[in-house]
Amino acid sequence: MSITYLNAIREAQRHLLETDQRVLIYGQDVGLFGGAFKATKGLAEVFPDRVMDAPISEDAIVGTAIGAAIEGLRPIVEMQFADFSTVGFNQIANNAGAFFWRTGVPVPLTVRLPSGGTSGGGPFHSQSLEAVYAHYPGLVVMTPATVSDAYSMLIEAVTIDDPVIFCEHKYLYYHLKADTLEPETLPAGKARIARTGRDATVVTYSAMLHEVLEVAKELANEDVELEIIDLRTVKPLDTDTVIASVARTGRLLCAAEAWPWGGVSAEIIARIANEGFHLLDAPPRRVNAKDTPIPYHPDLWSIHRPAARSILLAVRELLRI
Amino acid sequence: MQTAVDTWTNSTTAPTSARLLEIFRSMMTARLLDEKLAALYRAGKIHGGVFLGKGQEALSAALGQALRRTDVFAPLIRDGAGRLAFGETVVEALRSCLGSPQGPMRSRDGNVHRGRPRDGYLPMISHLGAMISVVGGMLLSRRLRGRRGDIGATCIGDGGVSTGAFHEAVNLAAVEKLPLVIVVANNHYAYSTPIEKQTACRSLVDKAVGYGVQGHTADGTDIVDCCKVIGEAVNRARAGEGPQLVVAELLRLCGHGEHDDANYIDRRLKETTIGRDCLDVARETLQERNIMDAEAIAQLRAEITREIESAVQQVIKEGGPDPFAHDWCALATRRLADPPL
Ligand SMILES: Cc1ncc(C[n+]2csc(CCOP(=O)(O)OP(=O)(O)O)c2C)c(N)n1
Ligand SMILES: [Mg+2]
Repeated sequence: MSITYLNAIREAQRHLLETDQRVLIYGQDVGLFGGAFKATKGLAEVFPDRVMDAPISEDAIVGTAIGAAIEGLRPIVEMQFADFSTVGFNQIANNAGAFFWRTGVPVPLTVRLPSGGTSGGGPFHSQSLEAVYAHYPGLVVMTPATVSDAYSMLIEAVTIDDPVIFCEHKYLYYHLKADTLEPETLPAGKARIARTGRDATVVTYSAMLHEVLEVAKELANEDVELEIIDLRTVKPLDTDTVIASVARTGRLLCAAEAWPWGGVSAEIIARIANEGFHLLDAPPRRVNAKDTPIPYHPDLWSIHRPAARSILLAVRELLRI
Repeated sequence: MQTAVDTWTNSTTAPTSARLLEIFRSMMTARLLDEKLAALYRAGKIHGGVFLGKGQEALSAALGQALRRTDVFAPLIRDGAGRLAFGETVVEALRSCLGSPQGPMRSRDGNVHRGRPRDGYLPMISHLGAMISVVGGMLLSRRLRGRRGDIGATCIGDGGVSTGAFHEAVNLAAVEKLPLVIVVANNHYAYSTPIEKQTACRSLVDKAVGYGVQGHTADGTDIVDCCKVIGEAVNRARAGEGPQLVVAELLRLCGHGEHDDANYIDRRLKETTIGRDCLDVARETLQERNIMDAEAIAQLRAEITREIESAVQQVIKEGGPDPFAHDWCALATRRLADPPL
């Protein structure tokens, strides 16, 4: 039997509902229908009071979840697509994010964002917004790249006393499978070295991890060994693990599906330039999506987003090979 | 300070002498506190702005007084009176306005952005309309955990009702039949913008029909009407009749903030009933009903003035925060704080 990334998210939610009476799932179509992607399928049948359909009101959905959280529940909000979370942005950034700082009362809220591009998704069903949320203080931002992380990090997100933005990748929903559900033991905030190597460090997260792993496989044939870091959590950013790796390899590339301006890649490069400049043998590089809205046609989209091909080119330039 | 006696507010919506007296005391305290804040502002003793509630005290205090201490209350900009009636002390109000680290917001937020969420008293964010759904979420949580009998109340203006947040939250509360009272103070202006530029509705209460909630109107300058209408709305919410929208007509008798001379307010409006000062109306009402005579009112005024003066002295002595000793962590989970750069 194999379990998909999507199954893992559903199983994590089932586990949370079973083990913690305070857990509430709230979002559009999450009830008997089971959610637009079926991430809550079968849950409303078992927990009819705690898996609730919401009106198309992202602002009020998040506001409601904030109220529920400060009153002692552990709400999980499902946005139908990450892109629509911008309608609830004010509540996430200005209300949830600032609440603990202002009042000393924590807001244990999890917002699930079905993120990232899929073929034909187009400008408003493809976005990766982790940097937007990471920009605001008071939020934790998770970007799981594996089936185990999708499961374990979601469970951890709900136990955290702060608002967590859980960016789950839609492409991985069905494409990523594991034989068994092995719980991950690394805690939030710790990056994982997904592959060890001596020649260059590639820092990535979410679906891009799998593109980068492909590149590494190809380069191994040429006796080039990439070290790959899966950030897992983009905020907090595990700078220590990145610096330690750059100390070994002397070269850094960041690969992320999001837009380049002010993004996670830019943040990592800024930190390494600041704290590890002396470790670098070459200017650090990044590969991101193009700075345009995300195109609809698969032929445009495949060039718009970073993929194994463009990442490979960037690695070659980084290594000057 | 003020103690809300439940039997006064539960059994009846009638504006009993006891209720009117409580409301009046909060109104008077709020007015005198506002005047003190304006003076402190002009003296340069206040950081940032000062936003007053002159002319809106009857409405605000009637709401605060009608609530129980176990209810949820999310007041807004002009609700100094309602906050006091709900149990806030003068010292506590001043701590936020003067930035004392001993205030509930510990110098991190100020003026009207204050509250104690653990006591059901929510601190507004500036973004108008944003707190309504938060009150709704608290009520939903209580319902799910089997705690019944509490209601929530929140305030907004004729401008705030135009926000998407208001619309989403009221609609959601209606869908979930939450025991929520939404009080709209229609003072006919949102900063300088007249009501005609906010809505094409004949009356803001018409919105109630669209949301499927019960609507009520009140004369916001009349303590008795405010007390009656809000008492009724609170009782209906508590009885499980779902959200209640109360729209009160009045005028703001001050600037938007103390920086503003409000010269845009139509003079003719000031001469109508809504231009009356609710505190004058309340004073007359109390005298007519033999609840208080002029002398007792003057005594009360003197007593509150002394209380405010001593609170100001106390809070000024508390000083400001120490920025170097401050805890600069925005997370409850400290291990997840991003390392400082
Ligand atoms: C979403 C949002 N937009 C703009 C503002 C700036 N602002 C603060 S108060 C105000 C006017 C509010 O008018 P109204 O709701 O009628 O309340 P009143 O000031 O009359 O009591 C505005 C525009 C804000 N606080 N929030
Ligand atoms: Mg107004």
